[in-house]
Formats: sequence, C-alpha cells, structure tokens
Amino acid sequence: MTDVSEETGPYFGAFGGRFIPEALIPALDEIEETWRKSQVDRAFTDELLDLQRNYIGRPSLLTEATRFAQHCGGARVFLKREDLNHTGSHKINNALAQALLAKRMGKTRLIAETGAGQHGVATATAAALLDMECEVYMGEEDTQRQALNVARMRLLGATVNAVTNGTRTLKDAMNEAMRDWVANVDVTHYVIGTVAGPHPFPAMVRSFQNVIGIEARDQIVDAAGRLPDAVCACVGGGSNAMGLFAAFLGDADVKIYGFEAGGEGVDTGHHAARFSGGRPGVLHGSATYILQDSDGQTQASHSVSAGLDYPSVGPEHSHLHDTGRVTYEPVVDDEAMEAMRLLSRTEGIIPAIESAHALAGAMRVGEELGPEAVLLVNLSGRGDKDMTTAAKWFDYIDEGAVQV
Amino acid sequence: MTHSGPRTGTTLASVEESGRKAALIAYLPVGFPSVEGSIDSMVELVRNGVDIVEVGMPYSDPGMDGPVIQRAAETALESGVRTKDVFTAVEAIAEAGGTAVVMSYWNLVLQYGVRDFARDLDAAGGGGIITPDLIPDEAGDWLAASGEFDLDRIFLAAPSSTPERLSRIVAGSRGFVYAASTMGVTGVRSEVDNHARDLVARLKEAGAERVCVGLGVSNRDQAAEVAEYADGVIVGSALVRALDSEGVPGLGRLAAELAEGCA
Repeated sequence: MTDVSEETGPYFGAFGGRFIPEALIPALDEIEETWRKSQVDRAFTDELLDLQRNYIGRPSLLTEATRFAQHCGGARVFLKREDLNHTGSHKINNALAQALLAKRMGKTRLIAETGAGQHGVATATAAALLDMECEVYMGEEDTQRQALNVARMRLLGATVNAVTNGTRTLKDAMNEAMRDWVANVDVTHYVIGTVAGPHPFPAMVRSFQNVIGIEARDQIVDAAGRLPDAVCACVGGGSNAMGLFAAFLGDADVKIYGFEAGGEGVDTGHHAARFSGGRPGVLHGSATYILQDSDGQTQASHSVSAGLDYPSVGPEHSHLHDTGRVTYEPVVDDEAMEAMRLLSRTEGIIPAIESAHALAGAMRVGEELGPEAVLLVNLSGRGDKDMTTAAKWFDYIDEGAVQV
Repeated sequence: MTHSGPRTGTTLASVEESGRKAALIAYLPVGFPSVEGSIDSMVELVRNGVDIVEVGMPYSDPGMDGPVIQRAAETALESGVRTKDVFTAVEAIAEAGGTAVVMSYWNLVLQYGVRDFARDLDAAGGGGIITPDLIPDEAGDWLAASGEFDLDRIFLAAPSSTPERLSRIVAGSRGFVYAASTMGVTGVRSEVDNHARDLVARLKEAGAERVCVGLGVSNRDQAAEVAEYADGVIVGSALVRALDSEGVPGLGRLAAELAEGCA
C-alpha cells in the first residue's frame, strides 16, 4: 500500500502556499526539485531504505495493548511503536531523509527548530551520522522543561540556542531558525520538523513520514484480519498524524481522529487547540488554522506537552478538517497525563506526553465504538524526556531528593 | 480615480525632477514608544527631509526583522497597539505633506480584510503597502484590491532572486520595487552589500521603473553610496535605534543627515 493522499502542494484546498520572504523562494524551489527527483532515484531511495532498516530500526512494531484496551470500551487497541525508533520518536524518519537531501544539494550545515527536543535530537543525530554542522533553536521555556534533550543534542555535537524572544516556545524558535536560514541559505538547509512551513515542506515531510501508515496498514491487516475502525494520532504541527493518516484517507470506512492539546481547557484560553479556538490565517509560511487575536497577532499556546505547544498546524490538517474527513478534538492536560500513567501501568510502556494525547483520545473513541471495534493509535514517541514533568505532576520525587 | 494621498511613483518622480540623487524612505513602527509618540516621530521625519514614510505595523512573529525592530514591535504590542492605528499615523503623515506607505506582515492585512484594508488606507491618504512575506504568486486578493483603489504594491526582490522571479516581481509591483540589499533580516550593517548594486541593475534590466534599496543603511555615507545607483534609500533599524536612545530630536538629526546623503 502506498500514500493515497493525492495532495502534492503547494495548496491543500484553501490552505498551504508560500507566504515567505522572496529571498527564500529560490531555496524552496531547489528543495522541491531535489526532493521530487530523489523520489524516483533508486540511489536515494535505496540509501534511505537501508538507513530505515539498519539505523532507525524499521519497520517499527505494531503492539496490541490488551490491558490498556480495557479502558477503551473493550475495543482492540493496536499501538504503532514509533517510540522504538532510534532517538525515540517518529522525528528521525523525516530528519534523516532531509539530511540526505541537504547533502545532495551540497549543503554543509543543518538548522532546526524544536519544541520537545525530539526533532532537535533527530536532526543532531542525522548531522552527526552524515558529518554535517548542526544548530538547533529551542524556546527558552522548552530548554528548561526538556533539559535532558538539550544535553542529548549537545552530546551529539549540535549547538543549542535558547530563544528568548516572544513567548519563548516553539513558534519563536521557528522565527529564529527562519532568520538564520535567510542569512545563511547558501550553505544551510533548514530541516523543518513537521508538516508545516512553506511549500514544499508540508507535502515533503508527509512523504518522509508516510512510512508509518504504510507499515501500520499492512501490520494491522495481518494482526486483526481487517482494516481498523478508527486511527488516532496527536497533532502538534501534525507530522506523525499525517504520516499515519495518509495511508487511510482513501478508506471511507476508517474513521480518522486527530487530538490537539486542550491544555487547561479550551474555554480557559490556555490551550493549543487550533481547530476549537483558532481560525484561518497565515503563519510561518502557510495559510492554515492559527490561534490569533482579532487583529491577527498570534496568541500564545499552552500545553503540558512542549511538542504540541504550537499556535499553528500543518495546512493539510486544516484542509482535512474543513472537508470533514478527519475529526479533530482537544485533549486536556489532565486527560493526557492520566493516559500516560495508565499506559505505563497496564502495558509497561511509557509514552511521550504528546503521544499520551492520542491515547486519551483513543479511550474516548473506544468507549464510543464499543468492544467490536479495532483501533490503531500512533505511539509517536517515548516518554523518557518527560520524566521531569511527570515526576512533578504525579509528585514522584521524594522530598529533599537531589539528582547528582 | 482621485486619490486622497500621493502615490510613491509621483513622489519618486518629483525627487528626480528636483535634481536630488535619491529619495529618502524611512521606516518606523507605529506604537513605539506609544501610538502618539510614534506619530510625532513620523511627522518629525517628514520635517527633516524624509520623502516617504513606511508605517510599520508591529507583529507578534516578525520573521524578517532583526533584534532592534523586534524589540520595538514587542514594546508596541505590549502597550496595546492595534492595526487600525496605522491609519491614524498615515493620516498625520499625509497632513504633514509626506507620502505614507504601510509595511505589514501579511496576516494582519488578511485578518483586517484585504479589500477593507485597501479602502481604509486609501481613505486615510496612504499610498500603498510593502509586503515582506507576500510574494506576487500568493497575492491574488491584494492585486485586485490594490487595483480597485489604485494603491502601490511594493514587493521585495532579493539577491538570490532568479531572472524569472525578478520579472514576476517587476510585473506585480507598482510604485517601486524594494531591493533587499543583503540576504538577511533588518538591522544596521557596517557595509551595505555589493549585492545591492547588482540587484538594482538586474531589476532595471527586468523592466523595473524605480528601485529603492533597503536593509543595512544607517548613516550619511552609506545613504550617499546607495543613492548613486538607487531611486530611493530605505532606512529602518538605525532610525528606530536613534528614537529609542535619543528621542525625537535624535531621530530628526539622523533623518536630516541621511537626507543630506541622498541630496
């Protein structure tokens, strides 16, 4: 099975495009041309396939979660184990592929924005493997709540810049990466970590992540004897979700759910639920749903999960929202953290807080669809990076204990 | 169609007729240090020889701006500046005898409503919009609205632009083309890149009637250098910095000095 999404950009319905300074247009054109050629070039696809098998560890497993399923209305629940990839999340699928493209374009330096740090770690890893320079931009607030990933990136040889402008989170890291890119574009490739940004990034990043859905579709048919009734994924920028969804968009009987960060609740204003609390606009190079005030100034997002804490979303998701093909719902911090604890205790798998939003959503979907249903959930990353947040949330640190 | 305010083409033509080497175009963000303070500052620019004032609308995510303008924008937004304040500034500039254009990231115009923005800008006496993150390829609504109200659409060209891109930019632009002198964000630079001269020549070859150069100009000598080959010299960060550190009198002094460079 292949990626059945026929959208190749620059537009996804009314969304997408290239709302970006003219100075970057030649670079975007070069990326698009190199990407399209690489897709039909055996040398490139063989090299990527070899890295997927022998470096990332693909195909990733599909694990049935029978004890967790008891909390999902008794439905059968299958987890796509992107957490088992090298570096611990789906982000490496895209970062390695873009790094290979960058090499083909003769670039020697990679830059990246990162929220939770997973994409930064994946890019730093690709740079180390391919002997490239790497600089990562991360909001100051995120460098604090994801300190472990900052250390990982530095150990891998990357320079990590804490961004102190604006809201000091992912969106500001992306602004800073764009500023670096426009000034250094001759030697630098900007590895955008999600299906957002100007064309061709949304379509290209999906093409590097659709391996998730292509594998999972075959695996679940083998394991359950049929297609799932529903597929579930969390949506920050939305790359793990697009990677999974792409293979199922043509299956009219498969319901598709994207779960956004509801933060402290959509009605509190402290959330990252673009489809509940946002409206169409332009940010970071594409037309899409955005959290913004009445003038169009971007509003700060909030989520316990740094990776979902982003006021914009990939443009193809906006299209899938407006066409009704995918249902997007918010999951609040409390629900996500409870799902994190539940999966840990029922299956012995500690999910990333991002992925825990998909798990919490699956619990709802399972209750609705009942025990005959088969659910496929993308476990996009592992939770090791989130131990500081989890330990505080659940009060797991002994009083007076100090890590040395 | 009658205009309530001058367009940049007319202003640039009269500068040329007067025998000056180039027009002086100055950027300030509305709302910095306050809405009233910014408007006083813009009027001061006109009094000190600035031909065209770029009224910048502060934005939460100014991806094209360096630290000086970022900080000013943050200050302005914290003190509550709104999109509609640009029209108040434009009116004051037109009244003082200057030509006013708005410089805005696209989402703010989009959320105001592209046609509504064009109508209100025209009514306030503004000449057009500079759009740093809107390329002609994405500008369908703006091409229509600027056509309806006869407003200037000032697109940017960059040293990296191919001949095909330059032709497209020239074909889409009206008033002048904004040549970004360097690959980078706004900010003061010790030298204005050699790319600028080459880019102006390439734009003229592509059919541009008027080309103004921005990014990096901060003093009289740099202005004079750029004025040799460009129709207008655009200054932003240096003026914001002067306003921030020396207030309106310091701003006026720098504007006058830059105007001498363009004479």
